[in-house]
Amino acid sequence: MTTSAFLMMVSSSGVILFLTLYFFYRVLRTPKKKEPDSYSEND
Amino acid sequence: MTTNQDSWGTRVGLILAMAGNAVGLGNFLRFPVQAVQNGGGAFIIPYLVCFLLMGIPLLWVEWSMGRLGGSRGHHSTPFIMETMDKRRFWKYLGVFGIFTNIVVAAYYCYIESWTMSWVYHTVVGTFDGKTQGEVAGFFANYVDLNTSTTGIPYEPVVFYILCLALNIYILSKGLSGGIEKAAKIGMPLLIIFGIFLAYKGITLKAGEDGALFDGTLGLNFLWEPQFDSLTNLNVWLAAAGQIFFTLSVGMGTVHCYAAYVKKKDDIALNAMTAGWTNEFVEVLLGASILIPISVGYLGIEKVVELTSSGGLGLGFKTMPYLFEQWGDVIGTLAGVAFFGLLFFAGITSSLAMGSPWIGFMKDEFKFSQTSASLSFGLVVLALGLPTVFLFNYGVFDEYDYWVGTVALVVFALTEIVLFSWVFGLNKGWKEITSGADMRVPGIYRYIIKWVTPIMLIVVFMGSLITPQGGDWGASFSSLIEGNGWIFSDGAIIAKLQNQDIYASLEAAKNTGDMEQVTFLKDKLGFVNGSRLFLLVVYLLICGIVYKAYSNRKKEGRPV
Repeated sequence: MTTSAFLMMVSSSGVILFLTLYFFYRVLRTPKKKEPDSYSEND
Repeated sequence: MTTNQDSWGTRVGLILAMAGNAVGLGNFLRFPVQAVQNGGGAFIIPYLVCFLLMGIPLLWVEWSMGRLGGSRGHHSTPFIMETMDKRRFWKYLGVFGIFTNIVVAAYYCYIESWTMSWVYHTVVGTFDGKTQGEVAGFFANYVDLNTSTTGIPYEPVVFYILCLALNIYILSKGLSGGIEKAAKIGMPLLIIFGIFLAYKGITLKAGEDGALFDGTLGLNFLWEPQFDSLTNLNVWLAAAGQIFFTLSVGMGTVHCYAAYVKKKDDIALNAMTAGWTNEFVEVLLGASILIPISVGYLGIEKVVELTSSGGLGLGFKTMPYLFEQWGDVIGTLAGVAFFGLLFFAGITSSLAMGSPWIGFMKDEFKFSQTSASLSFGLVVLALGLPTVFLFNYGVFDEYDYWVGTVALVVFALTEIVLFSWVFGLNKGWKEITSGADMRVPGIYRYIIKWVTPIMLIVVFMGSLITPQGGDWGASFSSLIEGNGWIFSDGAIIAKLQNQDIYASLEAAKNTGDMEQVTFLKDKLGFVNGSRLFLLVVYLLICGIVYKAYSNRKKEGRPV
């Protein structure tokens, strides 16, 4: 691969992967809200 | 009172279902083709800009509209929109949020059934030993309804009905028991299949398993940035279009799923997570499968030629042949993984398309989950059979163009005007930030009010008057010189005039090909007929919404 193609691929994929994992991490780390909430399996 | 007491099981389940709604066949078949046709690696710049300025704002708007409507007992857009402004016409514009879904589901389930069928044919070895031409021929015969390798007459119809039945069965199990379970199984499997295929694609070596080039040549072809393309308006329009369609915004499905979220619960972080998950699947996996594998075997020139008409043909006509080159075991595994991946991407989207109709029938006509799901199936079957039987007469393409493309932009423009300008951004902003588990950047107040609507208007205008060959300069010059605007065949105005069919008809007459003349005349009839049919369907749903409105008034329910 050329350097420019490689850099484009790695930087784009890196940013998107980082943000996807970061937002999932935030979702998983956020404490559950008090009942009644929107999610039946928490009941 | 509504019979609709459904709820999501878990927060992760909701996010996966929303991501599954967005992740569709386009992530794997449309995105890579768009990228190679619009500047290679440089395409990612307008693509991400459009995601930030149009995709994320629309996601937040749709999630908050849905949650607001849900808090008043509405789970589909006609009455969700009326919740935001009491003028009666909004609910008839909200009909788009039901109409679009049942029509798109009608033809989308047909493509989904191809993926089921291609998994089956991969396993039983239908593609074994076939040449590339024979595999492409199989597809042509399949959609022509002539092939019956299973011995079952009208095999595509059988697979279509099987696929629809599976959708109805899952939908009948409700949100947490059906849709959420399907997303929790389908999304991880899709990612696993995607990683396996991406690994195979990237590690493809020239000279091994019949490959002519390394897989990295395809990656290079896709990612090599052509920065001069950034000054081309068509590239920006293509990026905006891709963002629009990949996120499934402007359909009414996001509203429906979000309508089951309670007022105090977060939507801002949920929307971001689901949106970025879609981007992960599209950019990281979608870019690493179709193009690297096909370039590895066919070379860049052939792939450019094959992708000129989109990625669907490459996926169904060429990929089975390429997988066969990997030997019996790995080839079969790869075929099952590829078409299985497309199937999971498809079904998580088609399930979402069923939800607005089901929510509406439960809210307004007290349908049970099962009867609402069955009614959805029957409506989709009635709408879908013309696309199956008249595929070669362009009915499928008409549905896709007018409903799967134009209607989405129209509805997104309508909802953003309602949200920002009629409901009011101050109230809208409170809806977006209420219960938020993240700080929503204040700049999005201005983006939602100004930038996103302007971008949508540009996208719509771009589709309305697309110039021939995408050459805006030549069309402007022609206009100034008094020779009129030269429309592309894909422009809305040219479509309305059937410019492409009349041009083909003229050419056929000139060459004396009377068989083709007869075919094109029939096609013209079916194309016009299908447009009229779609209009009648829209008006019928308006009638059903009016009936629901009358019932509410009679029963003293809030309208």
